[in-house]
Amino acid sequence: MLSQIEGSKAVAEAVARCRPQVIGAYPISPQTHIVEHLSDLVRLEELRDCEYMMVESEFAAMSACIGASAVGARAYTATASQGLLYMVEALYNASGLGLPIVMTVANRAIGAPINIWNDHSDSMSQRDSGWIQLYAESNQEALDLHIQAFRIAEELALPVMVCMDGFILTHAFEEVDLPGAEQVDAFLPRYEPQQLLDPGDPVTIGAMVGPEAFTEVKYLMHAKQMLALDLVPRTATEFAEHFGRHSGGLVRGYRAEDAETIVVALGSVLGTVEDIVDELRDEGVSIGALGIKCFRPYPLDEVREALAGAKRIVVLEKAFAVGAGGIVGQNVRLALSGQAAQVFDVVAGLGGRPITRDSLRALLADVRADRLETGRLHFLDLDTDRVERELARMRAGERPGPHAENMIRDLGIVAARSH
Amino acid sequence: MREGSRDPETPKSGEQRVKLYQTGTHVVGNRLLPPEQRTVQARMDRSNTLTSGHRACQGCGEALGARYALDAAMRAADGNLVAANATGCLEVFSTPFPESSWQLPWIHSLFGNAPAVASGMAAGLKALGRSDTRVVGQGGDGGTVDIGFACLSGMFERNDDVLFICYDNEAYMNTGVQRSGATPPAARTATTKPLGEHAGNVFGKGKNAPLIAMAHEIPYVATATVAELRDLESKVERATRMRGARYIHVFVPCPLGWGAASRDTIRIARLVKESGLFPVFEAVDGEVTSVSKIRRAVPVVEYLKLQRRYAHLFGENPREDVIEAIQAIADRNIRRFDLLATAEEGADLPGEATDAADLPKSQPGIAGRTEQESNLMRLLAETHRGSQ
Repeated sequence: MLSQIEGSKAVAEAVARCRPQVIGAYPISPQTHIVEHLSDLVRLEELRDCEYMMVESEFAAMSACIGASAVGARAYTATASQGLLYMVEALYNASGLGLPIVMTVANRAIGAPINIWNDHSDSMSQRDSGWIQLYAESNQEALDLHIQAFRIAEELALPVMVCMDGFILTHAFEEVDLPGAEQVDAFLPRYEPQQLLDPGDPVTIGAMVGPEAFTEVKYLMHAKQMLALDLVPRTATEFAEHFGRHSGGLVRGYRAEDAETIVVALGSVLGTVEDIVDELRDEGVSIGALGIKCFRPYPLDEVREALAGAKRIVVLEKAFAVGAGGIVGQNVRLALSGQAAQVFDVVAGLGGRPITRDSLRALLADVRADRLETGRLHFLDLDTDRVERELARMRAGERPGPHAENMIRDLGIVAARSH
Repeated sequence: MREGSRDPETPKSGEQRVKLYQTGTHVVGNRLLPPEQRTVQARMDRSNTLTSGHRACQGCGEALGARYALDAAMRAADGNLVAANATGCLEVFSTPFPESSWQLPWIHSLFGNAPAVASGMAAGLKALGRSDTRVVGQGGDGGTVDIGFACLSGMFERNDDVLFICYDNEAYMNTGVQRSGATPPAARTATTKPLGEHAGNVFGKGKNAPLIAMAHEIPYVATATVAELRDLESKVERATRMRGARYIHVFVPCPLGWGAASRDTIRIARLVKESGLFPVFEAVDGEVTSVSKIRRAVPVVEYLKLQRRYAHLFGENPREDVIEAIQAIADRNIRRFDLLATAEEGADLPGEATDAADLPKSQPGIAGRTEQESNLMRLLAETHRGSQ
C-alpha cells in the first residue's frame, strides 16, 4: 500500500509487520519517532504478543534484547549516536553470543561537541563489533531492509544493524510502499532460535572461554559474516521476488560500468551523487557512482569488480578515523590492491553539514583536473581560516579556553545553522 | 546437638537418613518441622542447581548461598526456572568451559547488565506465553550495587517479573579484593589499605541496596545470611512464588578476601547478624514486615576479630575509636530495625537466639505452632546448649 509517511513511521510499521516479541525502547534523537510509533502500535494492539520495554538506558535496551533473544523471542531496538556508544559493551556481547537482534541506527554525529545532526560516526565506530551493517539509501529501502534484516539475522544467528541517515531519512515524509502483514509473513518465517534457554533442555550460555578455544569462537563470527556475503544478496533477490522491488544487496552501481570516475558512498547522499552523475553524464563526463549497501561484512570482491575499470575513485564518507584517514576509503583501497586507480578520501556532511550539489560538483571538477592530492584526507567545505584562528590562539600561549565555543564565537552567530 | 545423639529413623531402602537442620541458631531434625518448612537441601529430589565440581574457594559463602538459593527457587518454580548471571566469582568459578556447574538454563552476558538481561528474559517469556517459566538474576555486590545498579533500579521501577539475588561479600573479590560500594567502613581491601592514618575503608560511604530496593516499593525485599540457610531458603521460595520485581540480599563471607578461616564462614555470617551489623529482615511493598530478632547483641569485636581485613584495628595500637564507630553502626541498626527480642519473643529462652525469633514470622504455620511443638523447640534449644 502506498503511503505518504515519515521515514521513522515507515520503519516502525515495517518492524511491526516483522512481529517482534520484545522491543527495548529508549529515546534518543533522531531515532525517537520509531519507538514512539511502535509504542502506539502496541497500545492499539495492532502489534500483539509484544512486550514494549521502556528501559532506563540504551545499555539496558540491548541487554534486554539479549535476554529476550536467548529465551527465544524476536527482539528489536533502535538507537543513534551516544546511545549506540552507551550500549557498545552489549553490542559485542550480542554478536559474540550469536543472538539475532535487529536494531535501527538513525545515524547521528558523536560528541563532543554535542551535535544531534546526521553523519556516520556512530555506526562506523561499531563496524568491527561483529554486527552486520546495512545502509539505507531511501525511506523505502530502510523499510525494506528491516524486513530483510530479521531473515538474515535469524538464518545466521548474528545481529543486524540497519543504518539510516538521521533526520534526512528518519524525519523525511516520502511515499513508501508498505507491504501487507500477510506478505511479510510469507517472506519472514517464525523465529527458530539456534540456542535457547529452555528448562526442558538446560544449556549454559556465555561461559568463560580461554586461549584454547577463543580464536576458533572468534573465527566462527568471521566465518558467519563471510556467509552473509552470500545470504545478503540472496535475501535481496528473494525479497524482490516477493515484493516486486529491489532493495538492499551488497553494492549497487549507478552508471558505473564504463565510468572513468566513480564516487563511492553509503546512505542517503547517494541520491545527490546520482543526480550529479546524471548532470555530468549529460555534459559528456565519464562518471558513475557505487553505493555500498552492506558495509559489514565488507563485500571486497563486489567492490573490486565494480571499480575495476575506473581511473579515479572518490570515496565520499560521513565519518573518519581521527589521526588516520578515511574509513570507507581504507576499505576501498583493500579492494583495489594491485590496481592503479587514484583514490581520493573526502569527508563530508559531518554533524549535519549539508552536502550540496555545488560543493560536490566543484570537488569532482578538482578531481578531474588533477587539482586534488591523493593519499591525504580532504574535507568538503572545510573553513580552514576558522581552524587557523584557533590554532593561533593555542600558539599564543595563553589559556585559549574551549575550542568549540571559541570557533562558534568566531562564526558570530547565535545558534548553529543547519543549512 | 550432634546427629548421633538422637536415635535416627531406620532408613528404608533407597531413602536418605533424616538429617538435622539449622533453624535459626538451633539444630533440629528436619522431620520435626511441618512439611512445608522442611529444607530443600534435605530432600532427595533437590535439583543440585549449582552442582559439585565448581572452582569456588574452600568455605566460599557465595557458593553456599547460591546453591541453597537456587535449589529453593527451583523447588518453588517446579523446576521451571532460567537464570541470568553477572560477571564475577560466581560466574567464573561455575563455568570454566567445557565444565559447567549449572543444571538449569543459565546465561552470562556482562558485568553490569544481569538485571536487564533478566528483565528481557521475563519479557520474552511473557510474549511467548511462557510466563510459568520463572526468571532469576544474580550477581555479587559489585555487579549489583555498583556497575549493575542502573539496570537493577530500572528493573525495580518497571516491576519486571524478576527475582534478583545479590550475594554480598563486600568487595570485588574476583579481581583481587578491591573496594566496592558495599564495602563496610574500616575494612581493608586492595584499594583501601590501612596506610598512614587511614584505617581501611572510609566511614559514611557505601550503599544499602536492600533499603534502596525498598524505596522502589517493589513487592518483596529480604536480607539473609548463609548462617541461617533455612531462612534463606524460605525467603527464596516465598519470593519465587510472587510476581513482579523481588530482591534478596544475601550476606556471604569470603574467606580469601576477608582473611578469615574457611571453617568460620558460618560463624562470621552468624555474628554479623547477632551483632546487628547486618539486619536480617523482610519487606513487602516497601514496608518491613518481619525482622530476625537477636536474643543477645554480640559486641562487634567478636565479629571483627575473626577477619584479617580488620586486623589493623587491633594489634599494638588498637583503634578503639574505629571499633566504637562500628559498634555505633550496629547499635543504630538494632534501634532502627528493632532487632532485640523481647521476653514475649523468647528472650528468656536459653541459647544464643530463639527459634521463634529466627524464623520469618510471615511463614504460615510458625506463628500458629502448637504448644507441643513449642515445647519441643524449647527442649531442643536447651539440649543444644547442654551439649556445648
